[in-house]
Amino acid sequence: MSATTTPHPKGTAGGNRRRRRGPRTWLAALPLLVFTGLCFGIPLGAIAFGAVTRTDPVTGAVQPTGEHLARSLQGPYLGSLIGSVQLSALTALVGGLLGVLIAQAVVTSRSTALRNATLTASGVLANFGGVPLAFAFIATVGISGVVTQLADLGSLGWSLYSFTGLTVVYLYFLIPLMVLVIAPALDGLRPQWREAAQNNGATAGQFWRHVGLPVLAPSLLGGFVLLFGTAFAAHATAAALVGGSVPLVTLKIADALSGNVLTGQENVALALGLDMILIAGLVMAVYLPLQRRSARWLR
Amino acid sequence: MAAMTPTAADTAEPARTPDAAPHASAHRPRARPRVWRGAVLALAGAYFLTPLIASFVFTVHVPGQGITFEAYTELLAADGFTESLLLSLGLAAATIALSLLLAVPALVAVRIGSPRLRPVVEVMCMLPLVVPPIALVTGITTVLRWGPEHLSRTPLYQTFLAVQNEDFPVVLVLAYTVLALPFVYRSLDAGLRAVDVPTLVEAARSCGASWPHVVLRVLLPNLRASLAGAAFLTLALVLGEFTIASLLGFQPFAVWIVSISGAQARMSVAVSILSLLITWLLLLLLSRAGTNPATVSSAPATSRKES
Repeated sequence: MSATTTPHPKGTAGGNRRRRRGPRTWLAALPLLVFTGLCFGIPLGAIAFGAVTRTDPVTGAVQPTGEHLARSLQGPYLGSLIGSVQLSALTALVGGLLGVLIAQAVVTSRSTALRNATLTASGVLANFGGVPLAFAFIATVGISGVVTQLADLGSLGWSLYSFTGLTVVYLYFLIPLMVLVIAPALDGLRPQWREAAQNNGATAGQFWRHVGLPVLAPSLLGGFVLLFGTAFAAHATAAALVGGSVPLVTLKIADALSGNVLTGQENVALALGLDMILIAGLVMAVYLPLQRRSARWLR
Repeated sequence: MAAMTPTAADTAEPARTPDAAPHASAHRPRARPRVWRGAVLALAGAYFLTPLIASFVFTVHVPGQGITFEAYTELLAADGFTESLLLSLGLAAATIALSLLLAVPALVAVRIGSPRLRPVVEVMCMLPLVVPPIALVTGITTVLRWGPEHLSRTPLYQTFLAVQNEDFPVVLVLAYTVLALPFVYRSLDAGLRAVDVPTLVEAARSCGASWPHVVLRVLLPNLRASLAGAAFLTLALVLGEFTIASLLGFQPFAVWIVSISGAQARMSVAVSILSLLITWLLLLLLSRAGTNPATVSSAPATSRKES
C-alpha cells in the first residue's frame, strides 16, 4: 500500500538517509496547505461567522445571535430544506435500486464488451449534470419537447417543471453513479458462494437473504448515501429547469444571494449554507466508514 | 474480474437457449434471468438514449418548416458564444495549472520525506467534497463584500478588485481549484501508488540528479496518465460549472447557455448537445488513457458537472 519507507528513529543511520533526501520536503506541501487555508478556510470561516453573528449596520458592532439559524429552520426556508431532503431521498432510493438492477444485469452477463461499455458510459453519464442535462430534458419532455408532442404527455398531466419532473431528471446522473459504485461490490459476490448455497439446498431467495444482501449491505448503504449527497448539493440542473417553482434549499440560497436582498437575507443564506454543510458532512461521515467496510470484499 | 471462473455452474449450465423450459431439477432456471436482464438493459438504454435523440431532433426539426441545421450553423456567429467559450477555456487552463502546481509537489513530498503530513494533505484535499458549491459561494460573496466594507483604505482592496476583473476573474480560478482538488488528489494519489517513489528518487539522486531534475525528468513521466486524468476531470468540471460563476455575476460557457435559453431555445439545446459531446469525448479519452474509468469517476462527489 504505502510507498513510504519504514520510519527511522532520529539520530540513527537512517537520519542521514533522510537528510540526503532533503530535510525540508514538507516545504513542498506548504503552498497547498496555505492555499486551501486561504481560499477554502476563509470562506468557510465567513459562513460560520456570518451564520451566528449579527453586525449592526450603523455602529458595526458584532453580536453573537442564533436568529439566522433559527430563521433558516422556519417557514419557507424549512420548507426548502425539507423539499431538498425529500427529493434527494426519493431520487437516491429509486436511483439506487435501478442502478443495482442495471449493474447486476451487466455483471452477471458473460459479455465483457457489454460490461466495459456500460461502465464507461456510466463514468461519462454520472458526470453529466448541470445545465446541458436540463436543456436536453426540456427539449425532450418540456412543454414543447419532442416526446411531449409525440406522446401528448401534456394531456396526461405531465409536467417537467415539478417535483416529479426533477426526479426523472436527477435519475439521469444518479443511476450511472450507483452503477459505478456498486459494480465492484457485485463483482465481489463470488460464484462459489452461490454454488455453496445451492449445494446446501438454498433457494435463490435464501441465498440473497443470508449471503448476498449482508455482503452487499455496506456498499448499498454507502451508494445510497452518496447519491443522497449528490442530489442534495445539486443546483445547476434545478436552477436551469425549474428556477424556483420547486422549493429546494440550493435555489433558496441562490435567491437570497442574488435576489433583491433584504437586510439580513445574506446571513440567512449563510445559515442555510451552514445547514447544508452540516448535512453533507453527516453524509460523508456515514459514507466513508461504509466504503472502508465494503472494501473488505473487493479483494 | 468478471465472474468467469470455470466452475461447476458453467459446466452444468443448461442449454443456452433463452426459452429452455426450466425443468424440474435442482438447477437454477436460467431462462428467467436472461429475460429480466434483457428487459432491464433495454429499459435503461431507452431512458438514457431518448433525451439525447430527442434533443437532437428538437434542434434540427422546426415544426411546420421541416429540417434545418440553423441552430448549429449560427452558433459561431451568436452573440457571446466565442467570448464565453474562450473565458471558460482560459479559466480551465489556469485552474489545471494551479491545481497541479499545488498538488504535485505536496503529494510527492508526502511520499518521500514527510509521511506524517499525509493525513493532513489528504483531509485538506478531500474537505471540499463536504461543502456544496452553493454553500461555498455564500462564503465567497461574504468575503468579497469585506473588500469595500473594511479594506477600502488598504492595499488589499486593489487585490479584491483585481481578482474580480470581468475579463479574467481570478476569483473563479481560486474557487474552481478548491473544487477540483479532490479529483486531482485522487488521480495523482492513484498514480503515485503505482510508482515506487522513494526508490526512484534515491536512484536519481545517487546518480547526481538535482531535485528539479528528479521531479521533472523522473517522477512526472511516470505520472503521465494520472496527470492527464486530473487535467481532464478539471477541464470537464470548469466547462460545466454554473453555480459559482452565475452567482458571482460572471458569464462563462454554462452561464451563457442559460442566458440565451429564453430567446433562442433551439440554440441553447444545440450548445448543450455539443458541450455534452465534448465532455464525453474528453472522458472517453481519459478512460482510454489507461486509467480505469470506474476508479476515477466513482469519486464520492457531487457529480463533476453538477454544481
